[in-house]
Amino acid sequence: MQWETVIGLEIHTQLATKSKIFSGASTAYGAEPNTQACIVDLGFPGVLPVLNESAVDMALKFGVAVDAEIASRSVFARKNYFYPDLPKGYQISQFELPIVGKGSLTIDLEDGSRKVIGITRAHLEEDAGKSLHEDFHGMSGIDLNRTGTPLLEIVSEPDMRSIKEAVAYARRIHQLVVYLGICDGNMQEGSFRIDANLSIRPFGQEAFGTRTELKNINSFRFMERALNFERERQIDLIEGGGKVVQETRLYDADRDETRSMRSKEEANDYRYFPDPDLLPVEITDQRLQSAKQGMPELPDQKRQRFESAYSLSQADALMLTQSRQQADFFENVVASGGDAKMAANWVTAELAGALNKAGLELSQSPVTAERLGGLLTRIADNTISGKLAKQVFEAMWNGEGDADEVIQAKGLKQITDSAQIESIIDEIIAANPKQVEQFRAGKEKLLGFFVGQVMKQTQGKANPGQVNQILLGKLRA
Amino acid sequence: MSLDHSDIEKIAHLARMALDASQIDAYAEDLSDILGLVEQLEAADTTDIEPMSHPLHMAQRLRSDEITEDNRRGENQAVAPSVENGLYLVPKVIE
Repeated sequence: MQWETVIGLEIHTQLATKSKIFSGASTAYGAEPNTQACIVDLGFPGVLPVLNESAVDMALKFGVAVDAEIASRSVFARKNYFYPDLPKGYQISQFELPIVGKGSLTIDLEDGSRKVIGITRAHLEEDAGKSLHEDFHGMSGIDLNRTGTPLLEIVSEPDMRSIKEAVAYARRIHQLVVYLGICDGNMQEGSFRIDANLSIRPFGQEAFGTRTELKNINSFRFMERALNFERERQIDLIEGGGKVVQETRLYDADRDETRSMRSKEEANDYRYFPDPDLLPVEITDQRLQSAKQGMPELPDQKRQRFESAYSLSQADALMLTQSRQQADFFENVVASGGDAKMAANWVTAELAGALNKAGLELSQSPVTAERLGGLLTRIADNTISGKLAKQVFEAMWNGEGDADEVIQAKGLKQITDSAQIESIIDEIIAANPKQVEQFRAGKEKLLGFFVGQVMKQTQGKANPGQVNQILLGKLRA
Repeated sequence: MSLDHSDIEKIAHLARMALDASQIDAYAEDLSDILGLVEQLEAADTTDIEPMSHPLHMAQRLRSDEITEDNRRGENQAVAPSVENGLYLVPKVIE
């Protein structure tokens, strides 16, 4: 039987505030255990939560970006469960009245088509702490630094029909929150975490199958693997005459499998109720307007602008706007004199390749946008050939100065003097009578041999266009 | 609406309360009485009344995003039954 996959995602994004959502403790990652967990985070008796204004504004920005309904009044609720990383015995979340309501996001698929994915809601809540299960004499160690870090949980509709669509949507949300500057997007540090609901149904059937929820997905690669595993597991189960049980499953990257998390199921009765410690949140028109005014250019707008302002292909524009940082870098290269098309190629191919090889981020690039722009200027004005430009780039990468300095120091300036090229070609023709004879007898492939000889003589510095032209003129004479 | 034995056991479990068998009947009775009171309230006509999530007619005050808390781990952990390397130690939880 042919099975259709149905996927919906819940994505937890840690908001990039300095302090916690309900307390003035720092949210910085990587501090000594429990040095950033204050009495509010710890749930000491008598403490009261006070809502962080930036967390609200960041949620609004997201809502505006996905064209969502913004609730003029939203309510915080207590989600009750006992777990040691949640000292209060409840998590402050939003249930009936979330701050961001229905919206949508358009994703790009591999075949070039686009698809609109519905966003059900996005709500504010506090993160829990971390449990460490190394052996502490049969006990677990608890670090509550993360407790109270603001999260925006973004819930999608079950609109995705393949694993590729689900990954494309997750990447798109990731791109968006990073563009908006509301999340650092660091998946290793847990700033962006994905839970996936997956079910299968025979093609053509309208009713959804029973779904399972996969937790603990912290990379896009794992996401694809976890979903593939789970899809196959459900197909095998149903085709073997069994039934899918609605449950939460944990993805184990080491074993590449998912397994049941029964303990969480048992606690799945959260008894939500409005938190009496927090009043309803009212979003004034003024606050919403200022969120709208503070919006940066979004990926789609940037892509369209790149296509029209720089005459780039859709593929180039899409690639360059993957991240805001890369898009800015590209624009700086162009501002420093680089031709747009050439800049697009260098940023996405040569530079990206070198960074990848060295394991560096764009922000750590040894070649600045200004210097890359300077190099491209020298290609465009024929000072150096495209081939030698790679050599100059390498030297710049190794810290040997800017393009002009490298060209000067290495004597890489292109030879464009026709007379000089001509005399070199004359020598080569004279020295290779056999090849000349074969060429004239019709073996025109030998042109490459002659070009190679000229380049060898000139250490690659002769202008390739001129070399070809003069060579052909002389060989065919 | 009245609660039976198994309802009380479930609620007690969710609240992590240990009840012995003799207490269960008393709780069933008390909690059922509370629900009875809510049923009485439900008889009131609430057409045209906007539901409220808080008894105060006010909106939540917001604070600016500033770090105002220092590290007071030592004091905070003084009341913990067991700590090690800065971590709170609790009975093992395995997932």
